[in-house]
Amino acid sequence: MSEVDTAGWTRKDLIGLEDLSRREIELILDTAPQFVEISKRESGIKKVPLLQGRLVVNWFFEPSTRTRSSFELAAKRLSADTLAMSASTSSSTKGETLHDTLANIEAMHSDIVVIRHGHAGAARMLAERHSSQIINAGDGYHEHPTQGLLDAYTIREHIRKTWRDPEAGLDGVRVAIIGDISYSRVARSNIWGLTKLGARVVVCGPSTLMPPGIERMGCEATTDLREALNQADVVYVLRIQLERQQKALLPTLREYIRLFRVDRESLKAAPPHAIVMHPGPINRDIELASDVADGGRSVVLEQVSNGVAVRMAIMHLLVNSGKGWRKTDD
Amino acid sequence: MSLVIANGHVIDPASGLSKRGDVLIDNGSVKAIGGDLNGDERIDATGCVVCPGLVDIHVHFREPGFESKETIATGGQAAARGGFTSVVTMPNTDPAIDNAGLVDFVMRRAREGSPVKVWPSACATKGRAGKQMTEMAEIREAGAVAVTDDGSDIESAWVLRRVLEYAAMCGLPYLAHCEDATLMEGGAMNEGYMSTRLGLPGLPKAMEEIRIDRNCRLAALTGSHVHIQHVSSAGGVAICRQAKAAGLPITCETAPHYWTLTDEAVMTHGANAKMNPPLREAEDVEAVKEGLADGTIDCIATDHAPHTVTEKDVEVQLAPFGIVGLETSLALVLTELVEPGVITLEHALARMTNRAADILNLPAGRLYEGGPADITVFDPAAEWTVDPAVFASLGRNTPFTGRTLRGQVRATICDGRVAYQA
Repeated sequence: MSEVDTAGWTRKDLIGLEDLSRREIELILDTAPQFVEISKRESGIKKVPLLQGRLVVNWFFEPSTRTRSSFELAAKRLSADTLAMSASTSSSTKGETLHDTLANIEAMHSDIVVIRHGHAGAARMLAERHSSQIINAGDGYHEHPTQGLLDAYTIREHIRKTWRDPEAGLDGVRVAIIGDISYSRVARSNIWGLTKLGARVVVCGPSTLMPPGIERMGCEATTDLREALNQADVVYVLRIQLERQQKALLPTLREYIRLFRVDRESLKAAPPHAIVMHPGPINRDIELASDVADGGRSVVLEQVSNGVAVRMAIMHLLVNSGKGWRKTDD
Repeated sequence: MSLVIANGHVIDPASGLSKRGDVLIDNGSVKAIGGDLNGDERIDATGCVVCPGLVDIHVHFREPGFESKETIATGGQAAARGGFTSVVTMPNTDPAIDNAGLVDFVMRRAREGSPVKVWPSACATKGRAGKQMTEMAEIREAGAVAVTDDGSDIESAWVLRRVLEYAAMCGLPYLAHCEDATLMEGGAMNEGYMSTRLGLPGLPKAMEEIRIDRNCRLAALTGSHVHIQHVSSAGGVAICRQAKAAGLPITCETAPHYWTLTDEAVMTHGANAKMNPPLREAEDVEAVKEGLADGTIDCIATDHAPHTVTEKDVEVQLAPFGIVGLETSLALVLTELVEPGVITLEHALARMTNRAADILNLPAGRLYEGGPADITVFDPAAEWTVDPAVFASLGRNTPFTGRTLRGQVRATICDGRVAYQA
């Protein structure tokens, strides 16, 4: 296991999937299965010493249960030491700058710093200045690259299993991303990641939650749910922020449900083989009907399981690929 | 003590003068323009342009209140280094310049510390709150040259109408920062593909266009002179063009970053490419150039807006708006407008001298015998690379770091005294 290949990885940080080439994304996805195996061990130690003695700092400015525990578990299964730091975004405006805080973390000789921050660009800003290896765990509504990677991995695994083709990729696979596109870092990372892997992505949501120029990122866009679902191999449902109606972005949640909820009825527009995904946490029966979320087409919990393995793969590649870094903006 | 600026290309856009020669300065005024003039001292201007001291009617010198960003003295030095002999300061300080006593303070600080002329503008409403008018008659007597709530628009059309009527009575133009703030939600950059890609909240062009339009219509209603600040969008240029064709009493300005950069600069320069209005898109850059070429845009102003390095060294969304401009403006005009042939050297200089001065009736921007010896000498061919570390401004916040430009100021003379010499 300590011989897991890291050849081909040359980056210091993981900031966004926009930066990565198809080859780099595939390297991560190809590295992940070995880590899936570790987590699934029935007997023996569910751990490998690949990051033994390394310090992984989880620095979260926004509340997060899923992503944060996934990163923590990934680090622990690689035998790293973990340190959790939480902070509110507002504290950075009052007191210490982000750069100063990271300098302090680094003074404790951290190796990887995982950062979740409410403002776009925070992870890149830090990565360009500091020597820590930064993993972006979500910056504003810019990117959430590890989510995009675990989603791509989940889709690929599903395709390989269904088609009984261990070499199958995402070429030509049609993915419909449904919901609040404007404010979604998950949507952006998925658009970059999936299109680089050859998938065709269509985004769908109310016109008020569709950001300008989104098609230029390489996807199609529609406000018609049925049109989006037609021919979709994957139906990716985003979480809708319940307070959107207060900002005049939606009239009511009721109307959102009418037009955009993925449920048994609306899913009739999709081919029968289509799978359903969600980054969590789900607003049950708002963007996604309970019976669909819990039904046979849902791979929501596989996403969570795969999340740990994909994050292990990323940390392993970052730490063990040698130090001939390329700069993040290359 | 007399001074001769010898053997330069003397240009005075107002009179159409454009010939090789000497300029003799004595006792604070231009004594003669001609050939073979002699003085006690001599600046060799061979290969250089000698023109009226440049005029910038939109700068922020931050004093009082924000002296770690800039002071009237350091701002004045930055102006001198950029070739400017007259600048108009904005009143969004702390306290805001909303009474005659504060106007007086700014003018005193300028006399004490600035090597160039500082003409203050004052608030149109008390505390820039958009509600109660300032005492404009007294403000005018104290020396203010315009009123404005720059940094924000006056929300109420009722209040703005009365401000325009009253300001005109007092002989003060109104400088309009056109922005419908109800269209923004924490906006940090132009709304478009780039904001979508970077995940940053956007500032749609309609924010400025709606208010340029409204403010032009209020100029029509009142007959008062409205000067539209920092036009950045194609729509904004078009509205100004239409308003002028309809004979409305409006003038407008743009800033160098609006014809040199697009919103893509936010990707590479982050918070140092954040200002309000924001950098727009390629079509807007073209429209701004067209507006300069066809005369829709009357003058070039920098909106020089210094901030400390620390204030800008944060997440883009949290950083304050604004960039410095005084020390790069002339070179950006020469490199990006004159050299590619967008406008001629004479037209470009007009927009930085007499046409800028005329908007606010400043006794500046002209070079003639008997006139004030406010003169800029620059080498139009000299290449240099922008390095904010050497700025005279306290601000280092520029998106032009590392850019190679042509056109460098050799000397700035203000009231016959050397304010800056390279």
